[in-house]
Amino acid sequence: MINKPRAMRDVFLKKIHTEMGKDSSIFFVTADFGSPVLDSILSDFPDRVVNVGIAEQNLINISTGLALEGFKVYAYAIAPFITMRCYEQIKVNLSLLNELKNMDVNLIGVGAGFSYVVSGPTHHSIEDISIMRTLPNFQVISPSDWVSAEASFELTLNSKGPKYFRFDSQIYPAIYDESFEFPESGFNILTEGEDAVMIATGYMTKHALLVAEELKKDNIDLKLIDLFKLKYVDQSLLAEKLKQFSKVFTLEEAFIKKGGMDSLVLNLVNDFELKAKVIAMGISDEYKFALGTREELFANYSLDKDSIVDKIKGELNNE
Amino acid sequence: MSKLNTIKELKQKADWVRNQTIALHGRSPETRVASSLSAVEILTVLFYGDKLKFNPANPDWEDRDRFIASKGHGSISFYPILADLGFFPKEELEIIGKKESFLGSIPDPVIPGYETVNGSLGHGPGVGAGMALGLKVKKSDSKVVVMIGDGEIYEGAVWEAVMFAGHHNLNNLTFILDHNKISMLNYCDEIISHGEIEKRFSSFGWGTHRVDGHDIDSLSEVFDKIFNNNSSKPQILIADTIKGKGVSELENDHLCHIKSLKADRVDELLRGDDK
Repeated sequence: MINKPRAMRDVFLKKIHTEMGKDSSIFFVTADFGSPVLDSILSDFPDRVVNVGIAEQNLINISTGLALEGFKVYAYAIAPFITMRCYEQIKVNLSLLNELKNMDVNLIGVGAGFSYVVSGPTHHSIEDISIMRTLPNFQVISPSDWVSAEASFELTLNSKGPKYFRFDSQIYPAIYDESFEFPESGFNILTEGEDAVMIATGYMTKHALLVAEELKKDNIDLKLIDLFKLKYVDQSLLAEKLKQFSKVFTLEEAFIKKGGMDSLVLNLVNDFELKAKVIAMGISDEYKFALGTREELFANYSLDKDSIVDKIKGELNNE
Repeated sequence: MSKLNTIKELKQKADWVRNQTIALHGRSPETRVASSLSAVEILTVLFYGDKLKFNPANPDWEDRDRFIASKGHGSISFYPILADLGFFPKEELEIIGKKESFLGSIPDPVIPGYETVNGSLGHGPGVGAGMALGLKVKKSDSKVVVMIGDGEIYEGAVWEAVMFAGHHNLNNLTFILDHNKISMLNYCDEIISHGEIEKRFSSFGWGTHRVDGHDIDSLSEVFDKIFNNNSSKPQILIADTIKGKGVSELENDHLCHIKSLKADRVDELLRGDDK
């Protein structure tokens, strides 16, 4: 039942569980982070699951050793910790070593953006997009719902380099339906529109759908592009979709103006000599100790639906 | 596999490795010579004393034992050994540090015989533990040997790996601590003491051994003991060594890690003037 709310990690781990039954070269490594599905992985494949404890540096190093011995590794932890606590291990042993050997390690980070809402800034992950994009050889994959998260599992079967999967921690209904297939291009057009174009990723795609709905009331048709691959996206195809617009809005639950998804779009606009101005929306250069709902946290950075709608209208009126 | 049968032959080989290491340093003064000299006998006995399985013609041979030089800076003495054993042509030693060479002051797996990226300290223990776990799951008889340094074990990731390996009874994993007692700027006892180092490892569930790291005889004996034991525990050999061994002004200098030898001094040492 596609409308049933699910967690990205549960559907993805279910895929891993199924694949482990078919492929004895798969290893699952967790930094003491769970999921109901993990219990069945543990009971069915006890020899190929290891919990390293809350020790992310060792999570990466153990995963590296296993990958060097020919295993396909899925390493699993909370997003800010699996990226930042062990960033140098990731750089040296996955990104750099992949220049010489296939490092078939898939990092699964749960807790994209503000998704651990009231846990505060330590558990928020708003730096990960830019820092993971910096690393050569790394794919960075940001699904927007559990259907696209489940479909993104294919990527781990089709290529052997290191990957970072940025998953939301919350349980939400799907955006997509059963017919969804993970696009090779790395993006999907959710709504067509001629008046403005927005590129969103992760949870912000869901948020952008509400923005599009609101704009529609004023007869503004927004083309909404859901960007899954935050590296190695099909750039020429994406440029093709943007070329008619004079303004491109980007929306991400991450820092902007420092290497995140907005940088990807800016560079693309530059490289393909598009006429568009890029208007980046996301987290400004500031931490906040704030509580409330996810939407209330967004309001602190003018990322609530109304602020975004106003911003877009203002920009379009200035044309 | 190369095998020198007598202790005398191993000693001669160690002398050759020490000279070659000094010569390499002469050609590339950025190399960490003092740290590399303390490991000469350890590496010589491991690779010429019939202790490890390897195949120079096929460095990635599946049945090889895995050797990780985690104290990468201090393994320049491994270069002449690898060349001598046939992992790469000896001519490579002549061009160390040059554009056309793969021999730098910190070794990476661009050099045949090296398994991992080195230079950033504290990664080898965890990567080695992951390999050891993988080998067990593959039901392989190969073992993993990781050479670490005193300065290196200040890195917290080392102890994450130590507790992991102890808990998982990775008895196919051996660490060799090149215990020369000096880090970059000082004696470890003056920086943060490693205390009773054997107890630290044994309390994490490791078997411990201690030996004079320049005594060929003792090294050979202790490796045989470690690699043929029936213990369920990972093992560590604490090899008491002297940083800068063989170069009088480096020995017992707390700053020897960052010191280079001048060209004429290298020539003197190679002529054997100190002997």
